[in-house]
Amino acid sequence: MSEHIVSPKIYLGIFAALMILTATTVYAATVDLNEHFPGLNVIVALVIATCKAILVILFFMHAYYSSKRTKLIIFSGFFWLAIMLALTLSDYGSRTWDLH
Amino acid sequence: MHRTGDLYGQFETLEQQKESATLGMWTFLITEILFFGGLFLTYTINRHTYADVFSFSSRTIKLSWGAINTVVLIGSSLTMAMSVWSAQVGKKKLVTIFLILTLILGTVFLGIKGIEYHDKYVEHHIPGASFDMYFCTNNPGACNLTTEELAQERTELKELEDKVGGPVAVNAHSQLFFSLYFGMTGLHALHMIIGAGLLLWLIVESMRGRFSPRWNTPVENVGLYWHFVDIVWIYLFPLLYLIDRH
Repeated sequence: MSEHIVSPKIYLGIFAALMILTATTVYAATVDLNEHFPGLNVIVALVIATCKAILVILFFMHAYYSSKRTKLIIFSGFFWLAIMLALTLSDYGSRTWDLH
Repeated sequence: MHRTGDLYGQFETLEQQKESATLGMWTFLITEILFFGGLFLTYTINRHTYADVFSFSSRTIKLSWGAINTVVLIGSSLTMAMSVWSAQVGKKKLVTIFLILTLILGTVFLGIKGIEYHDKYVEHHIPGASFDMYFCTNNPGACNLTTEELAQERTELKELEDKVGGPVAVNAHSQLFFSLYFGMTGLHALHMIIGAGLLLWLIVESMRGRFSPRWNTPVENVGLYWHFVDIVWIYLFPLLYLIDRH
């Protein structure tokens, strides 16, 4: 396994994609999407943010070119984050009392 | 420690050494993911509970500064990635140049954050004894807002009071939003300041010609850290600035 060198062309391409996604998310926030589906504005914003994060992790952080072992470690981190978010939110969501 | 050239004694090959460094850095970053994850979780629950006041409070933050800072920070990730590439292909001068560019962009980000914090200070939006969401509407001219913006804010505050039950609740809930805003952006800025310190160290080492295609672990690992801080901002920006802008 030799080191993979990511070319500046790929870095510039990723940067351009990130810029386009940033412009998209700012634009999407100014449009009322909630009238079509409640909470759609937040969903769109978070999906775009996640796309940006994945691009940064895969290419700027070289995860795409890393070994299976490193990929497993990265995946496990997000897996534990998902456990923390899912279990805590389901706990809050299923309680009868209100926080107000 | 025993060291042969670029290879430390406990490793068999340079590749194994690099793989270990990357793995170790990611292990640290996982603790950071869970650290910020807890803050995002707290934010989600509070935003869900106090949705109306949170979206109003969010709209008092200037969108333009946040958007500019997103571009600046992603730009600094690009220059950071380019300095890793320069080290990998042995362009020693370029490593230094890209590191300096990254440091400059990081400093610009912190400067803009400072302007934003100052705006919030002027508007009495910093949680504490003098926190007052009604400061700008009660003192026209004290805040950097036009008459129309102030009139708009007055109407929205009235509507909010009816929804949540009075000005005391508006102030209490919006203080929660700004506590999370300053807590999260403050911790993010602290990470940037630490990153700037690391960049300064890398610049000095790089000017000494320390980073080569065979050994550039510090550039690579500080790069991973810098990109991670970028990812945190990628989530902070829509969550804090882009709630209900329509």
